[in-house]
Amino acid sequence: MNTVPTKLQRSRAFLTVFLKEVKENLRDRRTLISAFLTGPLLGPVLFVMLINITLNRELDKAEKPLPVPVIGAEYAPNLVDALKAGGVVPGAAVADPEQAVRKQEADVVLRIASNYGKAWRKGEPVQVELFYDSSQRDANTSVERVTQLVEGYARQQGALRLVARGLSPSTAWPLQVARRDQATPQSRAVLMFAMLPYFFVITIFMGGMYLAIDLTAGERERQSLEPLFANPVPRWKILCGKLAAICTFSTASLLITLLAFAVVGQFIPAEKLGMELDLGVHFAAHVLLLMLPLVLLLSALQSMVAAFAKSYREAQTYLSLLMLVPIIPSAVLSFMPIKAQAWMYAVPLLGQNLGIMQLLRGDGVSAEQVGLCLAGSLVAALIAVLATIQLYRSERLAISV
Amino acid sequence: MIEVRDLHKAFGTVKAVDGVSFIARDGEITGLLGPNGAGKTTTLRMLYTLMTPDRGQVLVDGIDAAVDPLGVRRQLGVLPDARGLYKRLTARENIDYFARLHGLPEGLLKSRRDALIEALEMTDIADRRTEGFSQGQRVKTAIARALVHDPRNVILDEPTNGLDVMATRALRQFMAKLKAEGRCVLFSSHIMQEVAALCDRIVVIAHGRVVADESPDALRAQTGENNLEDAFVKIIGSDEGLAA
Repeated sequence: MNTVPTKLQRSRAFLTVFLKEVKENLRDRRTLISAFLTGPLLGPVLFVMLINITLNRELDKAEKPLPVPVIGAEYAPNLVDALKAGGVVPGAAVADPEQAVRKQEADVVLRIASNYGKAWRKGEPVQVELFYDSSQRDANTSVERVTQLVEGYARQQGALRLVARGLSPSTAWPLQVARRDQATPQSRAVLMFAMLPYFFVITIFMGGMYLAIDLTAGERERQSLEPLFANPVPRWKILCGKLAAICTFSTASLLITLLAFAVVGQFIPAEKLGMELDLGVHFAAHVLLLMLPLVLLLSALQSMVAAFAKSYREAQTYLSLLMLVPIIPSAVLSFMPIKAQAWMYAVPLLGQNLGIMQLLRGDGVSAEQVGLCLAGSLVAALIAVLATIQLYRSERLAISV
Repeated sequence: MIEVRDLHKAFGTVKAVDGVSFIARDGEITGLLGPNGAGKTTTLRMLYTLMTPDRGQVLVDGIDAAVDPLGVRRQLGVLPDARGLYKRLTARENIDYFARLHGLPEGLLKSRRDALIEALEMTDIADRRTEGFSQGQRVKTAIARALVHDPRNVILDEPTNGLDVMATRALRQFMAKLKAEGRCVLFSSHIMQEVAALCDRIVVIAHGRVVADESPDALRAQTGENNLEDAFVKIIGSDEGLAA
């Protein structure tokens, strides 16, 4: 009556669990959409839109005629002409320049004092006022343009006056600043792409999320965990099969998103700003390598968190909160740029973040950095897996509520 | 054969099982009868090693559950209180999954599975996804899943719960068939008629303790009641939680 399975056959348990989970989840539309559509594609699409909007706005401002209300234009026709030559379109005077700027009716307002002409003829310094709101980041380019035009005009006229008095203009400027910007085209791009690593992490997260919920909290809610544990298979083997299924889905999501970024990268008009952006095969392969231990780490963390939840919905809530954690390194790095120390590469998430930023900057990552990054994240992943296995052994886990 | 010796299990201060001992023999149907909350499910959960007893011993075909839990589970076919099926898999796939976890070779798996599908009269639903199954169809699938590895010992926790008359009848016949095949069948129930109709031996549990362990006839004789229902009420001390 009893068939005694051989040792060899029993070792199929891992594969059996893995294949069943993959098959079952491939039949779930919600999982598929999240893992293969919204998760991996939302990032690239959003990204391209944002970048395009930002770039186009910057480019527009730099080239387009800039309307500036000028108060007292009639006192300084030469200055106004100089501004016009620089692309400024002098507009009608506004009654209250402070209000106009604060209400964003104008980016910048120029006020010329009524004694301008008299002072100018006497050769006395005269004040020109610029009204603007520096908290209005949008207006910064306009303010910068007008400022440069006015200052350029002042320098030019100053030089002319010196020449008229028989002096060399250089007497007035003993020091000259020569700017040598060391930003490479890529490093300029980096500022805009600081959130890119987070998109990858989110993708991994979304790819595995519904599986992680389904494999622990979901299985508990539909009361299938107890029958499952009645089988003669150690729980850790079952868990490993499930983790492998989560990893497979999140890796697939990551691959789709890398592919999407490679395609979409073609449509980012980076070269217009003198940037270079390489999201191609080289970049994708490195990101994949750096991210692999994270895939395991996140799958274990997700399973662990989901196992604490009593129901599917509760697990969803917990996981959404967990999803916010990976924002931290991206946010920290984009708001306060820190100099990367070697040990930082060994910190999970932070290491990946630094590595990806370096790739974007075009510097490449050294073997040592890759090694640190992989080792650090892998150790963390193993700890998380062991902790999850421990949790899985608990008696209460299987009991359905 | 399943042997239970002096099992104890407490959850906090609540003593769910407080010294339960009994023997379920091969070729017999043993009924675990008791009101709701008497400790039946907890006792069974310790049998199929989902829970570890605080004290006491479980032996299945001579294998100690504390020493070799996997060995015990290999000897058991279990229909737990939780019947959860995988709703995105068909009935057949649900059965196959458990068969493979038991390490059944593919050829044997196919013949065992098909034999069970026939015996449980579920050919028409075998290739449907289990989502939307009726309670009876679900129990059938869960039983097929539990028995696919041809276990010598069968544990069924409240198997007729939620079944209609026809499904209950079919299930009782199926249990009689398992007994005729020489298996050890242990099932729990809070329904007296069912236990009376099926069992060779009745173990009555109340408040986590065994209060009677007899054949139905001996039970009647012991209490001096002709009617089993009255006999049970007398043994347990109240009729709370029992259904006729």
